[in-house]
Amino acid sequence: MIELDFALRRDEFSLQIALQSQARALALFGPSGCGKTSTLHAIAGLLKPGRGRIALDGRVLFDSRSGENVPAARRRLGVVFQEARLFPHLSVRDNLRFGMPRNSSPRHFDAAVQLLGLGALLQRKPGRLSGGQARRVAIGRALLCEPLALLLDEPLSNLHREARAEVLQHLRGLKRELAMTTLLVSHQADEVLALADAVAQLEDGRLRDVLPVAQFGMRDAETRAAPESR
Amino acid sequence: MNLLNHDETVALLLSLKVAAVAVACSLPPAAALAWLLARRRFAGKPLLETVLLLPLILPPVVTGYVLLELFGHQGAIGRVLDAWHLGVAFRWTGAALAAGVMAFPLLVVSLRSAFEAVDRKLEQAATTLGADAWRVFLRVSLPLSLPGLVAGLALAFARAFGEFGATITFVSSIPGETRTLPIALYELLETPGGESGALRLTWVAVGVALIATLGAALLLRGSRSAERAA
Repeated sequence: MIELDFALRRDEFSLQIALQSQARALALFGPSGCGKTSTLHAIAGLLKPGRGRIALDGRVLFDSRSGENVPAARRRLGVVFQEARLFPHLSVRDNLRFGMPRNSSPRHFDAAVQLLGLGALLQRKPGRLSGGQARRVAIGRALLCEPLALLLDEPLSNLHREARAEVLQHLRGLKRELAMTTLLVSHQADEVLALADAVAQLEDGRLRDVLPVAQFGMRDAETRAAPESR
Repeated sequence: MNLLNHDETVALLLSLKVAAVAVACSLPPAAALAWLLARRRFAGKPLLETVLLLPLILPPVVTGYVLLELFGHQGAIGRVLDAWHLGVAFRWTGAALAAGVMAFPLLVVSLRSAFEAVDRKLEQAATTLGADAWRVFLRVSLPLSLPGLVAGLALAFARAFGEFGATITFVSSIPGETRTLPIALYELLETPGGESGALRLTWVAVGVALIATLGAALLLRGSRSAERAA
């Protein structure tokens, strides 16, 4: 369960979000600059809201009333950033192991490597990975820190068609395998339709609508069928 | 046939020891200060930046005189150190202190640039993976700023090795204790018939500077090719 009710200001931009969703995978959907990534960063603890409350699956991460603000390092969220953000000086193996708890089972590592098809890449440095491979490593790294929820920021952006299909297939597999609360930030409808259960639509820093994904799909199909009417 | 006579060898070894100790002892405070300047905003930062650069701007004799006033047998700090049998005046440790003070700004400036060049997004990624500030520094920021660190160390070592004015003012010229290579060279030039010795020491000084600079360049090249490898 995702509970967001907060306000945040950055320079001239003001973000105000209030939503509750029971969806296992919720997409934050909207055009560039509408506040999707800022919302994700606030949940991850990388941006501090001016006021409000953020809770995931009943766990309070931020509450301005009680003064609660769990540091980003202790939120236990697997964050996959838009630009992969792999550590360039570490091998793929060391990137994957970076956030693993000390007592984590080696089987957990092997399972993630297999799930994301990373076995042949473990010795490589990030500089020698394709865009799709880097994104898969970033997803694996986020999973291996044994998170309680996943935050994906445009996981398919800036990838060419084959790489997109490759990463999408792995993300679908993950959704099936791990029943984990997931927040997906996207401005692409096909990505949302493939990965989300519900969609929160954002516009200019405000929440416009929260829809089940089927209804979002119908609305998206109507929009595509009659683009001139908009 | 020996390249250097006994006194010249003693001066060379003393200079190497003084420069190495000066740089090694300067590194932790210089790194902390460089980090503070690179990452924090605070009142009095411009003043701190100016004070930090003073040893580079002031005549070295002035720096030496200030050290003598503070750390000499009658100085405020010197008296305390003497009471603990840790006095540095007219000792090689005093020469290391003078060399360290003169090299300190170069080290801070190089390290600050190196820290500023580290991609903050990678540090954010490390934080979301559960790393505390210390681990982010050791595993991400420090390795990524290694080229700047190595360059700064080489520069500071060369500066400490060549230190003359502050050293002779603060700790004088005591053979085997504070007569470093530049001081020995100066005294040879002042001594009738000392030209050949002065020339030998000049070549040695040029050699040490070249080795420090080339060694740093080779280390950097090694670390870069290791990053690209695999």
